[in-house]
Amino acid sequence: MLTTILFYFYAAILVGSALGVVLARNPVRAALFLVLAFFTSAVLWLLLEAEFLGIVLVLVYVGAVMVLFLFVIMMLDINIAELRAGFTRYAPLGALIAGLMICEIVYVVWVKHLGYDLAAVGAPLQPGDSNTKALGAVLYTDYALPFQLAAVVLLVAIVAAITLTMRRRAGYKQQDIAAQVATRKQDRLRVVKVEPEKRR
Amino acid sequence: MIGLPHFLVLAGVLFSIAVAGVFLNRKNVILLLMCIELMLLAVNFNFIAFSHWLNDINGQVFVFFILTVAAAESAIGLAILVVLFRERKSINVDNLDTMRG
Repeated sequence: MLTTILFYFYAAILVGSALGVVLARNPVRAALFLVLAFFTSAVLWLLLEAEFLGIVLVLVYVGAVMVLFLFVIMMLDINIAELRAGFTRYAPLGALIAGLMICEIVYVVWVKHLGYDLAAVGAPLQPGDSNTKALGAVLYTDYALPFQLAAVVLLVAIVAAITLTMRRRAGYKQQDIAAQVATRKQDRLRVVKVEPEKRR
Repeated sequence: MIGLPHFLVLAGVLFSIAVAGVFLNRKNVILLLMCIELMLLAVNFNFIAFSHWLNDINGQVFVFFILTVAAAESAIGLAILVVLFRERKSINVDNLDTMRG
């Protein structure tokens, strides 16, 4: 009973915040609505007994990715009015397609039940069961190589993001270490023979 | 009682809203990226719901990898966006016509 109430409460918040992302006038507000959507999804994932991923969603998505989004939005000087042009023109088409997709999904999942008996629930949780432990047990054994690949993907993303945004400004003063090390004495030093002044 | 169909329909609604968002905000690249994040969230919902109902942890491992790739994707996407804004002083999709596609 409590699960039902919690599910409908958080599902309503999730759908509302998703609509907020799509309809918000200001990109900053859209990003904040997306943060709310991630938080509520994390709660719903906790209901589905995926505790580790719920926490990871909050830490990684809200803590890192959405902060990055907010940084970029605030860094760019965007003309919102120009970008909103044509919003109402495409609204009926977007609503129509979204409505059609929802109808199709509800028909397949709710009315047809995917052809399976979906009321059957998996084995109930025992005291002492740990989602994190279970996930780690497969992640570091069966999925050890994909796990390494995921790390490589993240490394490539870091390198790509840095190389894309790095630039050399004109007149930018910088130390050239190779030139400093490669320099020789005769390039820099000049010994001048100075005649001493005559005493009077 | 909350069953698998409830979660699947919720994920479907979330995905459909995100698709509508792509149509509505087709000029703003930042909002397009956010709509993609919403879509990925809906897909992750499906994976986790099935993982719970089939009692199979492998679905959650997939969600883990999807989260990794999505984080990398949004980091690169935002970097491209910053470079784009520096070049064009605009993030309007209509202005991105250099390749005449």
